[in-house]
Amino acid sequence: MADMWVGVNGADEALRQVNAEMLGGARALADQAAAQVVAIVWGASAAGHAKALASWGADRVVIVESEAAPAPEAVARTLARLAAESAPAVVLLADGAESRVAAPLLAEALDAPLFSDVVDIEAGDEVFFTRLPYTAKVIERATAAAPTVVATVRPKALPVPEVDASRTAEVIAAPADAADLARIVQSVARAASERVDLAEADIVVAGGRGCKGPEGFAVIESLADALGAAVGASRPAVDEGWIDIQYQVGQTGKTVAPSLYIACGISGSIQHMAGMGASKCVVAINKDPEAEIFAGADYGIVADLFEAVPLLGAAVRERK
Amino acid sequence: MNIVVCVKQVVDTEAVIALDGAGEVELMGQTMVIDPYSEFAVERAVQLKEELGGTVTLLTLGSQDCLAAVRHGLAMGADAAVLIEDEQWTARDAAQAAALLAEAASTMGADLVMGGWKSGDTAAAQVMGRMAAIMRLPLANMATGLSVEGGTIVAECEVDDGVETARLPLPAVVAAQQGLAEPRYPSVRDVMRARRRGAEVRPVADFAAASKPTTVTVVSRELKSGRCGGRIVAGEAPVAVAETVRLLAEEAKVL
Repeated sequence: MADMWVGVNGADEALRQVNAEMLGGARALADQAAAQVVAIVWGASAAGHAKALASWGADRVVIVESEAAPAPEAVARTLARLAAESAPAVVLLADGAESRVAAPLLAEALDAPLFSDVVDIEAGDEVFFTRLPYTAKVIERATAAAPTVVATVRPKALPVPEVDASRTAEVIAAPADAADLARIVQSVARAASERVDLAEADIVVAGGRGCKGPEGFAVIESLADALGAAVGASRPAVDEGWIDIQYQVGQTGKTVAPSLYIACGISGSIQHMAGMGASKCVVAINKDPEAEIFAGADYGIVADLFEAVPLLGAAVRERK
Repeated sequence: MNIVVCVKQVVDTEAVIALDGAGEVELMGQTMVIDPYSEFAVERAVQLKEELGGTVTLLTLGSQDCLAAVRHGLAMGADAAVLIEDEQWTARDAAQAAALLAEAASTMGADLVMGGWKSGDTAAAQVMGRMAAIMRLPLANMATGLSVEGGTIVAECEVDDGVETARLPLPAVVAAQQGLAEPRYPSVRDVMRARRRGAEVRPVADFAAASKPTTVTVVSRELKSGRCGGRIVAGEAPVAVAETVRLLAEEAKVL
């Protein structure tokens, strides 16, 4: 069978864990099909990551020679050119803002099907992709009869593969494609946060309408810092302008799957549950005992968050 | 400024989903609504028309049943609508839908093609991107802000850790994210007036893209059960918090 490709983004920094998860998934597919796993990496420091990529399962590492992180249109263009030459069976990209542009462009260039936000990949006679459409109320397994299938993979959905430091990979260089883009980026306002990435966080502390204002999020942030957690929010808090949209968890925001999710002053709408339902353990703090969030919480505390959250923070600090 | 907005009709995101005998999502008896992401796009398009003049035309792939969503968009202030009438539309994959919509939009003289970056039901999250590729237009995806400056647009787009502001030449494709515009509630008068204005119905068979085959097979669908929980840790806040911390450490082993 043809090769399994993984596009690795953000290689200028430390590699995100989702890259290991994708390589592990690709490795399992390749082992079934006696195929190879190829990691395609961008960025000036890409070569430094070859060893890690090999340890996660890559047989070959293709380094695309680029100075800085390329635009998603350029990522799509390069992948389309390389894929047209060697027809991979599968191209995996990490689900996120970049791949939501790159993957449809790549799929269209290859006339390939695209499965987005995939939570499981299974090898068989065909490759099966599992998604959670209908506000995560439906589990859908699908396959595609096409030479190449493109998929974007949800972070923290596939298992992290075991590191095999004895593995080595062949390293190849490939030229980048010209970035003659019609879309000119003028500025990027990054949320200045020292905290961990929301999508990959192991603990998330989230605030909702119960925070009553931006000041309420200071309470949430304080607990998050005590736990080394990421901060999240429900849509009402974002709509009210108390916190930026990139912190939103739910149907229209980010999907998270931490080991511990602490929902503070969040009612627990279907849309919010769609974004955090895969959390391993959920703690809900809400002063309304009828709040829907309690039905999906492992531990519920019926209390005012302005009282309970600081107490929780103090208890966590004491444990350390 | 001619704006074409792709509008999808979807089952209400609040709905309880059921599957029929064939494993398809049961739509009979469900409340069908304009897709929330399409709705953000319609609202911003109508606002731009009100600021700058021009027309807003809705474009829908669907059956006659989908005209409810189209009428909602008309009531919000869109001027006209085109329905690519296809009884089999729910069986088409995202690549087929994008090909049909792009073929139709190409003949409509659009300065701006808008739609939702994904839909609330199937969430394929690719139709607008594929349309941009087919129409060879630049794409602003997950747009939370959009303004027109001369012959260009400035779009604010959500990226993973912030917001990216970019300038794009027209024509362009803009895929809406929550925050682009707060959809208005049409007045009764607007709703009545929209009811009188129909959509131009174009049979799917008239489109070359109608013969594009699907490659995707859904193998199975299952309903996902909600999270199980409901355990309340008793006591006043200090007691309940202390007990919860103990349970997190000793029972759940996550601390």
